[in-house]
Amino acid sequence: MTTMHPAPIGPSDAVPRRDILTLVALAGGAIGVAGYAWPLIDFMNPSKDVLALASVEVPLESIPPGMGVTVVWRGKPIFVRHRTEAEIQQARNTPLDQLSDPQDDRARVQPGHEQWIVVVGICTHLGCIPLGNKPSEMRGNLGGWFCPCHGSQFDTSGRIRVPPAPSNLPIPPYTFEGDTKIRIG
Amino acid sequence: MSTATQSGFVRWVDTRLPIVTLMQKEFGTFPVPKNFNYFWNFGAISMLLMVVMISTGVVLAMDYMPNAAEAFASVQHIMRDVNYGWLVRYLHQNGASMFFIATYIHTFRGIYYGSYKSPRELLWILGVVTLLIMMSTAFMGYVLPWGQMSYWGATVITNMFAAIPLIGDSVVTWLWGGFGVDSPTLSRFYSLHYLLPFVLVAVVLLHITAIHKVGSNNPLGIDVKSPQDTLPFHPYYTIKDCFGLCVYLALFAVLVFFAPDLFGDPTNFIPANPLQTPADIQPEWYFLPFYAILRAVPNKLGGVALMFGAMAILLALPWLDTSPVRSARFRPIYRPLFFVWLASIVLLGAVGAHKPEGIWVILGRIGTLYYFGHLLVVMPLLGRIERPLPLPDSISRPVINRGSLPRGASVAEIRP
Repeated sequence: MTTMHPAPIGPSDAVPRRDILTLVALAGGAIGVAGYAWPLIDFMNPSKDVLALASVEVPLESIPPGMGVTVVWRGKPIFVRHRTEAEIQQARNTPLDQLSDPQDDRARVQPGHEQWIVVVGICTHLGCIPLGNKPSEMRGNLGGWFCPCHGSQFDTSGRIRVPPAPSNLPIPPYTFEGDTKIRIG
Repeated sequence: MSTATQSGFVRWVDTRLPIVTLMQKEFGTFPVPKNFNYFWNFGAISMLLMVVMISTGVVLAMDYMPNAAEAFASVQHIMRDVNYGWLVRYLHQNGASMFFIATYIHTFRGIYYGSYKSPRELLWILGVVTLLIMMSTAFMGYVLPWGQMSYWGATVITNMFAAIPLIGDSVVTWLWGGFGVDSPTLSRFYSLHYLLPFVLVAVVLLHITAIHKVGSNNPLGIDVKSPQDTLPFHPYYTIKDCFGLCVYLALFAVLVFFAPDLFGDPTNFIPANPLQTPADIQPEWYFLPFYAILRAVPNKLGGVALMFGAMAILLALPWLDTSPVRSARFRPIYRPLFFVWLASIVLLGAVGAHKPEGIWVILGRIGTLYYFGHLLVVMPLLGRIERPLPLPDSISRPVINRGSLPRGASVAEIRP
């Protein structure tokens, strides 16, 4: 009977062969399922039309010193604030060792446009929108922004000064288009 | 997975929730007749397509807007802007066709091999119920893109209920949620289109429960007589089902990637317009035979009743067929007539795709007549007068007579 089978299946090599077939089949199945699942997962990422709305332009002429405006970029509030000379000096003269997330004010603004601070207006603690973009709102002891949810305070450079927020307000990508307009995104 | 190879954790779970034991019993060692042919793959294929339809449908629902003002545009949004939206939607759209192809083959296999006969009557009825749920779901899904064919398909189908005597008009107004197909109709269809697939899953689970109680039929239609007639489900039929699935999914991929609009109707690229009916209106291919039956009768109520009757009558199949022999292989007169019946359904499909004029009207009536004649006259009578061919003694015997031994089987194991 064995002569009829060129490669007799004995107990010694039958088991590894079955194991290899099982593993190859399972691996093939896993690749297939992953390949099927990826489009379904990526489907939920931002669509092309959402990404197309990813930049906004903000005219600056109408914002007097001391005043800020809030614009919506990618569904998030962006604070664009025209700082007074005193606010700029205060931000620059703060020693970095007083900061829990040390960053120089010059690194947070664009050269030649130091009066403009542009930050994402979402508290880095738990996502509330801080007050203080308008002079009439509470700005906290440092004259920047004050988060009404848990009392975090940011200075005029948007840096965290009073916890619980762990880090500075992030700077969105933006460019100046002349002196009177910025494009965010 | 045997107890010896189970990890401690699996054993811990299994002694509290015997899910591993259950899977092992129902899909591992479960004894299945060893003589299945490839027609027995289509149950598993249908189930996989159900999973494809639900998984693609769930994500499509995330970007679809179920109201008349936004529905059409939201589908275009999915097709153009959403990541892989074109793929997911084409999978869903063509998946419906592939689901019906698999389920229809599964159904006709059941009819040819007499799988509906005792003790599998309830199994069969549950199967017909799944088909009915599929059809309703498919119809409501087709309305959602809110193109011209969606809109007028919905109008025509819902108007059928107006044929109900006395309360017909009120029923239709109730279905519409208004005085015509409009936003309320669309959003309720959307709601039900999302609900029914889960009802379908439940009925399919009952269908599987029933088959695991009564056991599978087989191409010979004779009962399993000894363990020698069966193979464990795993690995023999898991691997055969996987192979069939790969072939079927390859066909599915060809459809999705090379001819995604093959089964679609170009009219549905025009947004719904309640003031203009398209020149040619026809349902999706899987409804064409029923549509032909509807039009074969020159009477509104009669046509509607016959169309729904064409499905309902299948529920009575176990009692319409009086032959004690299951498989058509051993029924010399029934077997060719089964193919005539199949041809009458294909003919009705062709009739449904043409305008009801000239020869198509007559062909439609001939097809309808044979469809019902076969089920209501031929099947009950033939079972009494036909002399079936001699049945094999057991499933093992013809396997031995026709070919070599299955690999790994010893002679002593099979020969008595």
